[in-house]
This record gives sequence, structure tokens and C-alpha cells, in this order.
Amino acid sequence: MNKIKTIFKGKFLFIFGPFFLLWLLRYIVPNYTISSKTPHWAYIPPKSCLGGCGSIDGFIPFVDWTNALIQFLRKYEIFGLFTFRDFTRGIANYVDKFLDFTEAVLHKGFPSYEIGPLPWIFIITLTVILGFYLRGWRLALLGGTCFAYLILFSKRGIWELSMKSLAAISVSAPLAALIGLCLGILAVKRKRFANFLWPMLNILQSLPHFSYLILVVIFVGIGTKAGVIATVIFAFPPMARLTILGLQNISQEIKEAGVMAGCTKWQMLFKVEIPAARSPIMLGINQVIMQCLAMIVIAAFIGQPGLGHDLLIRLQGLRLGEAFEIGVAVVLIAITLDRYSQALALKEPERREGNFVKRNPYLCATFFAIIICSILVFLFPFFNEYPKELTVSASVYLDNAIKSFTRSLFVPLGIFRDWMLIYFLMPLKAVFQSMPWTGVILFVGAIGWKLGKMRLALTVMLFVFFIASSGYWVRAMITLYMVFASLVICALIGIPLGIWASKKESRTKLVLNICDIFQTFPSFIYLLPAIMLFQISDVSAIFAIVIYSSIPMIRYTVFGLRNVPQHIIEASITSGCTERQLLWKVKMPLAFPEIILGANQTLMFALFMVMIAGFIGTVDLSQEIFRALSFSDGGKGLIIGLCVAFIGLTADRLLVEWSNQMKKKLGFIN
Amino acid sequence: MDDQIKISCSNIWKLYGENPEKFLKENNNNPSTEQLKSNKYIPAVRDASIDVKTGEILVIMGLSGSGKSTLLRCMSKLIQPTDGQVFFEGKDLLKASDKELIEIRRHKMGMVFQHFALLPHRTVLQNVAFPLEVQGIEPIKREDRAKEVIKLVGLEGREKYYPRELSGGQQQRVGLARSLAVGPDVWFLDEPFSALDPLIRKEMQNEFLRLQNMLKKTIVFITHDFDEAIRLADRIAIMYEGLIVQVGTPEELITKPATDYVAEFTKDIPRSKLLNAESVMNNDDKKLYDNTVNCKEKIEKIASKVLKSEGSYSVIDENKKVIGSLSKKEIIKALFAEDKNE
Repeated sequence: MNKIKTIFKGKFLFIFGPFFLLWLLRYIVPNYTISSKTPHWAYIPPKSCLGGCGSIDGFIPFVDWTNALIQFLRKYEIFGLFTFRDFTRGIANYVDKFLDFTEAVLHKGFPSYEIGPLPWIFIITLTVILGFYLRGWRLALLGGTCFAYLILFSKRGIWELSMKSLAAISVSAPLAALIGLCLGILAVKRKRFANFLWPMLNILQSLPHFSYLILVVIFVGIGTKAGVIATVIFAFPPMARLTILGLQNISQEIKEAGVMAGCTKWQMLFKVEIPAARSPIMLGINQVIMQCLAMIVIAAFIGQPGLGHDLLIRLQGLRLGEAFEIGVAVVLIAITLDRYSQALALKEPERREGNFVKRNPYLCATFFAIIICSILVFLFPFFNEYPKELTVSASVYLDNAIKSFTRSLFVPLGIFRDWMLIYFLMPLKAVFQSMPWTGVILFVGAIGWKLGKMRLALTVMLFVFFIASSGYWVRAMITLYMVFASLVICALIGIPLGIWASKKESRTKLVLNICDIFQTFPSFIYLLPAIMLFQISDVSAIFAIVIYSSIPMIRYTVFGLRNVPQHIIEASITSGCTERQLLWKVKMPLAFPEIILGANQTLMFALFMVMIAGFIGTVDLSQEIFRALSFSDGGKGLIIGLCVAFIGLTADRLLVEWSNQMKKKLGFIN
Repeated sequence: MDDQIKISCSNIWKLYGENPEKFLKENNNNPSTEQLKSNKYIPAVRDASIDVKTGEILVIMGLSGSGKSTLLRCMSKLIQPTDGQVFFEGKDLLKASDKELIEIRRHKMGMVFQHFALLPHRTVLQNVAFPLEVQGIEPIKREDRAKEVIKLVGLEGREKYYPRELSGGQQQRVGLARSLAVGPDVWFLDEPFSALDPLIRKEMQNEFLRLQNMLKKTIVFITHDFDEAIRLADRIAIMYEGLIVQVGTPEELITKPATDYVAEFTKDIPRSKLLNAESVMNNDDKKLYDNTVNCKEKIEKIASKVLKSEGSYSVIDENKKVIGSLSKKEIIKALFAEDKNE
């Protein structure tokens, strides 16, 4: 804690002073507050001063400009031949061809050849064999269980829905991975391209899902192919990032070995660099798959059929039991995909000697499994199409269980919810709503400057200025309030939990495993328990945000505490520290930079979740973005998306820089 | 004499900093230490000139940061020197096109790395065959050749292993095999044994000497370990802060150190390991005694027998000609004298 004090010593007034002064003006200057009809310009950003285009409140009409650009791209014919939209739709049609194929294999069949889709027994068997190959029986069991659940509970068509979603993923994931890989390689080989790509990736990765969806609706349309395209755009940045990191981190010696062997440029790339960076690249593929799954669920909003679509309808109808069943399916698929792709990333080539069967046991097993399955399918129709009579559904029981659960907890939950609203959330919201934009700009600028970088200060000030001038200042502040409230709660839960978990090896393992599992769930899923417990209110939104985004808080706390060098701990114990002193005087100060990074991640997660929580009716930026979605207002969607991204990037720049400076002071990095 | 020189480096400079070429030119290609420091340039190699003779083992020796690895990389043009010239078999390497460089590396150079630099996704066989593979040699041929070299370094039976399944010493054997696969003329070794345990290191040094006895390559060997340098070298170049301080045979370094820095280095070296009969004998006494020793014999080996016997030993050269004598007096002087260098 002393570290924080030293960093801010004597700077407190400089950083908070102007902000408080501007904030206090509301008690002195008339017309200063939001409640007055024409609030003071220094308090709420004034409305359009550039000719005023009507619909938009921003004093710089970014939204109109963007919409004009979109119109131009839609209408203007390049070389008089085709418009940009024709171009994107053309690409979409190509994607559609792949999609037709995977859909045919997984659930539609090839009617023109009178071939049905792949029978379920094949899918389960092949998944199990793949699991064995990649890691062993546990993974095989997980894969088997997942698909067994899907087929067993398919009374309401969960199997078909899952196959639809998987068909979409099996097109979008390879595409996204390929694009990410190529961009990553290009960035490593061409410095100038890297300078362009990094900031783009930063912005792309902090844009909310819905901004992509709106643009895709405009340029591609709706339906499955639109969903796939949106997913590809959403999922490629982590791949590009990990490719760049992987290629840059190859040891210099390995590259030199390649050069000395006389490799040409292409040989270098394909025979040395990519194989040597295999693990990070494969982890990139893992990330791509998980992002695809998350986005495929959300793409339901633009008519992507599949699990997400049905989940959305059930949630809208508050049919929670059915929603829960689908939710479990999504979660199982998520865990399975994650574990399989992780196993693939960590898979080391194995040495096998002997005859062909001994050298390729899994290939042979696959071959025999296909033969046996084919015979089974041929002889028994049961194996071809799982009979509907044998499917089950627990939705009725689940509905009842959820009802009786919430009924019995209705009073205490209601009291908790109201208490939270009245004593924590409402006052906090009032504070955030009353922040003058000029003050906030000065505030972030002061922090940036104090962290020692003029450039940093200017960047973050520009970010905040963009938000203020775009006309969504008050909404952005409400978003910020939700994020901040969640961050506080996450810290209150996450840090103690992290401390507890870091005490013993077994606890650490347990907690990190749970974190792993929770992190694989598509964010949309977290709305389910939130609605179940708190109906529709700020509390349920914040509840959903908190479960989703406390994961990094816990993870980084554990990481920071466990990575305190052993010799320092030993030195402290021999100096006579008690357990408590060891924690507060030694471990926490050293882990603090990591905890700050955890807070930064939590903030990013929270921002994403806030946008999704707009689905249950909050009045911040997410509501506006949902409106933009229903009116296909691309300009608005993009500008709001950028507002969200800039909130995230402002916090990210400042927190990461702060953490780095602390690490430097502690001598962890130079 | 010229055809005996394999690699010739003259006035090699490698500076790190902003626009080092311009800075070098402005300072007449010879900036002083102060000039470098005040302009914030980091000199890795300064004005290094050295020739590598065909068939010799040249050891470049220096502490970490002395520029020895950088100099080696300039010789193979892994790094572009800021200034200077490198001739490989009379060909100007720095003016060679990428294509020519690839050809030279594919056929004439082999390099061994400190941390082995094996490709983790390839088996031992595939690693060793890698330089042949990139040349486009067909699979059967290259695997036969790879097996040959693997046998040479004593890794027979491990062809299908992956690097992670091997110990450090075995991994470096793979590294040696890979660098030898194309049958290069010049063999670069960059601290090849530094990452190994002392015992294994000794074993690998012997292995290296055994290979060199068979293959007779031209070798540039980098090390920070003076003992290693003495064991292996025909000639040693000592580097300090980017400068080559002295080049000479091990004996020369000990008996006539050029600077205090070199003397400091050689001070703790047991002289018996290094000096041979020729360098300590009594030159005036050319009588033929009953016992003889070869002039190249190290003192370490002959000290005890000379000390045990009463009389003197004759020192003879390769042609059995007596060129001097050794008595107890010379041996004791060689072993215990503090200031041999006048």
C-alpha cells in the first residue's frame, strides 16, 4: 500500500484538484447541472455546433459522417462496376458455399444425392477417439459426455441447433484463423504494417460485439452467412496478436540456425518460424474458436439460427427452464471445444516405433470405428437417427425448481436488490452522471502526464474528448458507472478469494480450474442466472457482469501472490514476520502491479458484459446500441462502439502504464 | 600463403546506436572510447582484423559482452558489420548477393549454437537432415547422409527421438551432427559447450577433438572458458570490450601476454598444462642424454618423470634432432616461477 502512496505523494491535488473544482461548480453556477434545460457547456457537452444535422446531439457529428461514408460505400460504384456492398456480398456468397457443405454434413444432408447428414454415432465416436489421441481418456470422456447430452436432451431439437452452430463455427474458425495468421506474419515481416495493425487490433478487440453486427447487417444482410462473417471479423484479432507474439519470441539462435542451413525466405517461414512458434499459434486457434462460439451465440440477434437464437427467444419469453437446458448445451460445447483445442496446442509429437498399426494407432482406430459405425448404421436405424421417443427434457422440472427457488428466496433477494439499489447503485450513478466532461478530460490527462508521458496524456485526453463530442456523454457515464460498480464488487470478491486461494497449492489449483471453466462460457450465458435471481434491473445486470468479470481479478491476484520470489518470502519469515505481516507487508506490495493488471482485465470484461447486459434493459450506451441494431443504424452503432472502445482503451493505457512503472520500481522488469 | 587463409576479416566495426555508419565516417573510422561513450554508441566489435587459416582451430575468447559472438556472426554475415571487410575464400562476403550467401551457407559453412537451436517439432533424424532438406536433396539420399553423421557423433539408435527426449549433451551432439551434415569447409562453434555440466563438457571437448582429428575442418570456436580455449586451440584471439587484444598460440599468450588484461587471464592457468618442453628447455645444452622427450610434450606429462630421475633429458624435435635439454632446474622454474615474463 505504501507503494501507492509514494506514487501519488504530493500529486494528489494536481490530479484531483481541477476535477473537484469543476465538479463543485454545480453548487455555485446556475444552469450548470444536467437537470437544467440548457446545461453549462463545461458540464454537459453542448449540442451540435457544426450546422446541426438534427438527429444527433454531438457537437461534432461523427455519426452523420459515418453514415455518409456508409451510404457512399453502399451506393458508389468502383470503376462503375460494383459497389463496396456488392463486393462484401460477393465474399459472403463464397462463404455461403463452404457453409452449405458443413451444414449438409452436420445436419441437412445432401438431398440431391439422397444422403443424410452424418449420423450421431459417428460424431460421438470420432470425438471420443480424437479425445484419446489429443490427451487421454479424461478428454475423451468430456467429449463423449458433451455429445451424449446433446443427443439425449434433444427433445426440443438441441442436437440440430448444436449442429447448426457447429457448422457455422467450422467455417468461421478456420477463416478467422487463416486471416489472423496471414496478418500476423505480414506484421512481423513488414514493420510499417505492424505500426498500422497494432492500434487497429486494440480498437477491434475493444469494440462491443453489436457494433460488428450492425455493420455486417448493412453490408452483408442477415442470416447464417452474415453471422459467420461477423464472427470471422470478431475472432481474427487474437489470432493475429498471438501470431505476432509467437513469431517475435522465437529464439534468435533458432532463426540463425535456419539462416546458416541456407534457408530461403519462404523456407525460413514455413520450415523454421511457423513450426517454432507452433504453441502460441495453436493457442491463437484456441482463442479463435472460443471467440467464434461466443459470437455465434450473439449473432442470434441478426438471425443466425442455432443455439443462440433459441436461447434468445427463451430468455425473451422468460422460459427459464428451457433456456437453462440450452444454456447447459452451450456451456458443454464451450468446455469441450476449449479443452480439445488446448490439448491440440500443447500436443507434442510422440515417438512410436514398430509396424504400421503400432506407429499409427489412432489412424487405425478411426478406420475401424468408421467401418463398425457404418455397419451399425446400416443394420439399426437407431444409430442413424436417434429416436425422438428416447429423448428427454428436464425443462418442466427445471422451471418448477427455478420458480420454487426464486419464490423461496423472493423476499431476501428482493431486500438485497433494493438495498443495493438504494444505498450503493443509485448514489454512485448520481455521482457518475454529474461528472463534468471538462473535469474528466483534465483528470485523465493529469494522470497520464504524471505517469510521465506527454504522449500518453494526449492520447487518453483525445479518447475522452471523442466520447464527449460524439453526443453520448451522459450515456457513457452511465456505462462507466455500471463498470465501476462491478469493478468495486469484483475487487471485493476477487482479491480476498485470490488471497485465500494463493495460500495453498491445492486451493490454487481448484480456484484456477474453476476460473478456467467459467472463462470458457460465452458471456451471453451469464444473463441466465442474473434474470433468474433479480429479474430485470440494474442489480441483475451488475450481477451478470460481476460473475463474468471477477475471473481475471481472481486469476491475477493468485498469480501475483504466488509469483513473489521464494527467497524474499524466506527472508521475511526468518526476519520474524507473522503470517499476516508476511501478507500485508511483503506479498501484497509485490503483487500489487499484477493486481492492477487484473483490475484492468476485469474492467475490459465488464465493458463487454455491460453491452450485452443492455439486453435486459439498462439505460446506458448498450441501450442505444440495441436501438441502432433494430434500425440498422450503422453510423450510430460504430460511433457508440468506438465510445465503448475508448473508455476501455483509456483505462487500459493508464492502468497498464501504472503497473509497468511499479514493476520497474520493484525491479521486476527494466 | 594467401591460399592458406580461409576467412580474412579486416577492420570490422559493429556499433549499435543511431546511424552508426555516419558516425564512423565522421570520426575517420576510428572513434575513441570516449567519443563512443559520449555519443551513446554501444561498440560490439571495434576494428577487428583477423585471419583464419585453413585447417586450424581458432578460438575467440573473451568474457560476456566482449563482442566475440558478434565477431563470429560478422564472419558468417548473420550480422551486417557497420564497417570493414570479410573475405571468405577470397570472396567479399559483404558484397555477396542473398543468393550467393545462401549457396555459401548451404555448402561451405556449418554452425553450432550455445543453446543447441534444435527444431523442437522434428526428430533427431529430421533435424540433422534439415540443411540437406532445404537444399532440395531427395528424402532417401538426405536420410542416408543424416544417418551417417548421426553415427559419427555417436547417437546411433536415437534417430527417431525428439529433442526434448534427449539430455543436454545429446542435444548438442545433434547440433554438431546437423552442422556437419552438408560437409562444410568451415565450422563455426558459438560457445557450444557452455550450457553443459562440467563433466559432460569435458566429454564433449574430447568428442570435438576426435571429430576434428578425423575431419580436419577450419574451425572458429567461441568460448569464455580459458581452460577450454587452451585445450582446443591452435591459436587464441582474446577480445576485450570489442577489441582483439592479442592473437597467438596458447604458449605465446602465457609467456608473452600483450597487455595486463591478458596477463590477468593467464595468471591462474596452471603452466604445466600449457607449456611444452620446447618453451622451457635449456637451449644451450644440446647433448644427447639417455632419456629423451618430444619437444611438443606438455610439462604436465613429463614433469614427474624428470623430477624423479637424477640426470637430464634431451629434448628432440620431429626429426629426432636434439634441440635442447631439460633438468630438474628448468622444470621447477617452469612450475613455480611467478614472473616468467621479463
